[in-house]
Amino acid sequence: MQHIQAHEVQSALDHFIGKELYLHLETTNGAYANHNNDRVLTVNAYIRNGKVTPLSGKIMGNGPFRVGLKIELGWIYAEGLTHWEIDSEGRLLLAGHDHEGRLAVALQLSSSPFDV
Amino acid sequence: MNNHLLVIFPHPDDEAFGVSGTIAQHTKKGLPVTYVCLTLGQMGRNMGNPPFATRESLPLIRLKELEDACEAVGITDLRRFGLRDKTIEFEDEKVLAERFLTVIKEVNPATLITFYPGYSVHPDHEATGRAVVRAVQSLPENERPELLCVAFAKNSEEDLGAPHIVNDVSDVFEEKMNCIKAHKSQTQWLVDSVVEKDPKMLAWVQNERFWRYPV
Repeated sequence: MQHIQAHEVQSALDHFIGKELYLHLETTNGAYANHNNDRVLTVNAYIRNGKVTPLSGKIMGNGPFRVGLKIELGWIYAEGLTHWEIDSEGRLLLAGHDHEGRLAVALQLSSSPFDV
Repeated sequence: MNNHLLVIFPHPDDEAFGVSGTIAQHTKKGLPVTYVCLTLGQMGRNMGNPPFATRESLPLIRLKELEDACEAVGITDLRRFGLRDKTIEFEDEKVLAERFLTVIKEVNPATLITFYPGYSVHPDHEATGRAVVRAVQSLPENERPELLCVAFAKNSEEDLGAPHIVNDVSDVFEEKMNCIKAHKSQTQWLVDSVVEKDPKMLAWVQNERFWRYPV
């Protein structure tokens, strides 16, 4: 993955607009967050292969970045994004990594289902 | 009953710190070991800085690490259950227990090692331990393997007492470290920063602690 350049991600997002896509959306502070520090709540939210058709999509911020997708009946967004790539299968992978290289948030779009 | 050791854990690397020495001692004696690993640790968070993996490439990296780790401690019978990291507790426990039971009946282990339900922190660990206990308890009493559990919740010793077995694995320390290092996407930071420098950590790695589960 590379550090996000907003204009590059925006071009990639534009390519996915109006298409029926599979969504991976995730945010986590790790399964051991509370075990390691009992003042911290272990939190994690996860969608694998949500079927969505974004009407529009924008990347905002100066880094870390935010990406929001408008869908017919609502919104999808992720905050804290630092890295991105189009992988070998043409999927848009966006992730936010902390200073230790641990994934904290991910937003991914694919025209075919992600592996489960 | 034979001398078969059956190990059941949800994630590649669950075996590394707590059990791989015991496994290596077993395989070194020429005794059979079967390792059932439920997932590919797809939800691991460690991607590196700069990143060496993505959410989508991580499972392939961890599969290779798992195979290398098995080789390091002489495991030739690895059974992957094809489940997804962080979803074990949402699977049907009865179905999972039945899958475990099929393996238990096939290999007829003298000893089965898994996580201690209630004392293993991660929801996948807890769910795996519960389903293993359920599978073992469905066997007639005289056919049940000895069930040894790994516990690392903070209240483990307070509630369960001292570990029933503390196995000194210093005779297979090299094999164990090779197993730990094989899971490098998960363990490299720990190996670099702690294991090889901190004498307390070194002592911790040289012993493996188990509680007998009352089945």
